Amino acid sequence: MNWVVNNLGLIWSLTLDHVALAVPPIILGFLISIPIGWVANRFHASRGVLLTISGLLYTVPSLPLFIALPAILGTGILDPINVVVGLTIYAVALMVRSVADALAAVDAGVRQAATAMGYSAWQRFWRVEFPLAGPVLLAGLRVVSVSTVSLVSIGSVVGVSSLGYLFLNGLQRNIIEEVASGIVATLVIAVVFDLLLVLAGRVLLPWAKADPTARRARRKTVETAIAGPSAGGSAVDDPAVSDPSMAGR
Amino acid sequence: MIEFRTVTKKFPDGTVAVDELSLVIPARQTTVLVGSSGSGKTTILRMINRMVEKTSGDIEIDGEDIYALNPVKLRRSIGYVMQNSGLLPHRKVIDNVTTVPVLNGVKKAQAREAALTLLDTVGLDRSLAERYPSQLSGGQQQRVGVARGLAADPNILLMDEPFGAVDPIVRSELQQELIRIQRDLGKTIVFVTHDIDEAFLLGDQVVLLEKGGRIAQQGTPAEILSRPTSDFVATFIGADRGRRALRVEVVNGRNVVVDEDGRPTGVLQS
Repeated sequence: MNWVVNNLGLIWSLTLDHVALAVPPIILGFLISIPIGWVANRFHASRGVLLTISGLLYTVPSLPLFIALPAILGTGILDPINVVVGLTIYAVALMVRSVADALAAVDAGVRQAATAMGYSAWQRFWRVEFPLAGPVLLAGLRVVSVSTVSLVSIGSVVGVSSLGYLFLNGLQRNIIEEVASGIVATLVIAVVFDLLLVLAGRVLLPWAKADPTARRARRKTVETAIAGPSAGGSAVDDPAVSDPSMAGR
Repeated sequence: MIEFRTVTKKFPDGTVAVDELSLVIPARQTTVLVGSSGSGKTTILRMINRMVEKTSGDIEIDGEDIYALNPVKLRRSIGYVMQNSGLLPHRKVIDNVTTVPVLNGVKKAQAREAALTLLDTVGLDRSLAERYPSQLSGGQQQRVGVARGLAADPNILLMDEPFGAVDPIVRSELQQELIRIQRDLGKTIVFVTHDIDEAFLLGDQVVLLEKGGRIAQQGTPAEILSRPTSDFVATFIGADRGRRALRVEVVNGRNVVVDEDGRPTGVLQS
């Protein structure tokens, strides 16, 4: 424990770096996925194509991506932007399917009722379909959150400061406590993020607790999301590609 | 008054759901469209608020071509009640009822006040206002659906098998409630059902539809019962069966009405 006590300041500042790198990709990934997921859900022909492409994005190994991005973006090799952009790509890869599935799960009868009431298409999306997709979106977002928090560590390999530094440095110097503290701190961030998301869901989606169908839909999504990004949904539009990528990372 | 003039609806897959329909739906009465599935009754109903777009022909409301109007505005001026209530599950009962007035720009507080009165009208306790739809029974949800349909005080109320998914006892309650509401409010109601008993109970005018939205017979329930114009109509209304084939037998000097099996159903008052 000595090492931890003596280096609390370092752990804390790396934790803050880690959080600062993890938050933007989660938010950006969510925002970018909404229009893409909408198109995937709205137009039958685009669904397979978009979900396949986004699924394939997840197979790009992260380390080469972080190294390649500076060349593509014209950023410096140590620029945190590289990590943020890279992780946003993974977030989009995971989230597009969630958005498409969440929108597809909105009851057709409710959509028709909203049209009959006189919602314009734009109003119907933002006031009816999007909120009703909320529970499934939230389930997808929780998976993205955990995935992003864990992937931020890779940035340390290319010199972007995060809790990953503790694994690398701890391994090199053979300090088990340092490695362990990195793992624990990462886990704590992941759990705190998850709790915040659940809390946000409670506040923003008070109706979902009362609605048994929403609960069922949400549970199903969490199950398929945990089984892997390409494990859910139909076999037709699913490239069976994500497993090797997980191994490669 | 709603008028269809040689209206055809052909879906993209080639199905002709409604074939050259001409129909006048009188104002301030209940017109029931009845037919089995595939008769195009729901399609006809949904063409009135343009949820289904006609392929050809003219549809007018009070002499005005509905295709000259913005469809979203048109829908806000017409009440709509559907099967399984179609309530928005993420909004409380009161917010469901105020949906259309709020879309029309009525102040929220004012709309809520009016909505509470409407809950009284449809026989719902005001304490249910802050509940979510999933916390209500099927019958209660359907009542909220009716309240929502009436909230903007529309002249026209479209009802698409609104009582089809509730149990028979609740259905009967809702039917009586609707008859009472209609007596008070006098809306132009277009009601779709596949249940001929419901049609005869609620309709001032009943339109019996065959496949392709063709009118098999149109008239008051008494007209249709007394003179079915075809075998199809006779079979559909069950004119030759059970409860409809009534006879009079004289018992103890009075005229007792009995059904096909000779079971008495009542006594004729003369």
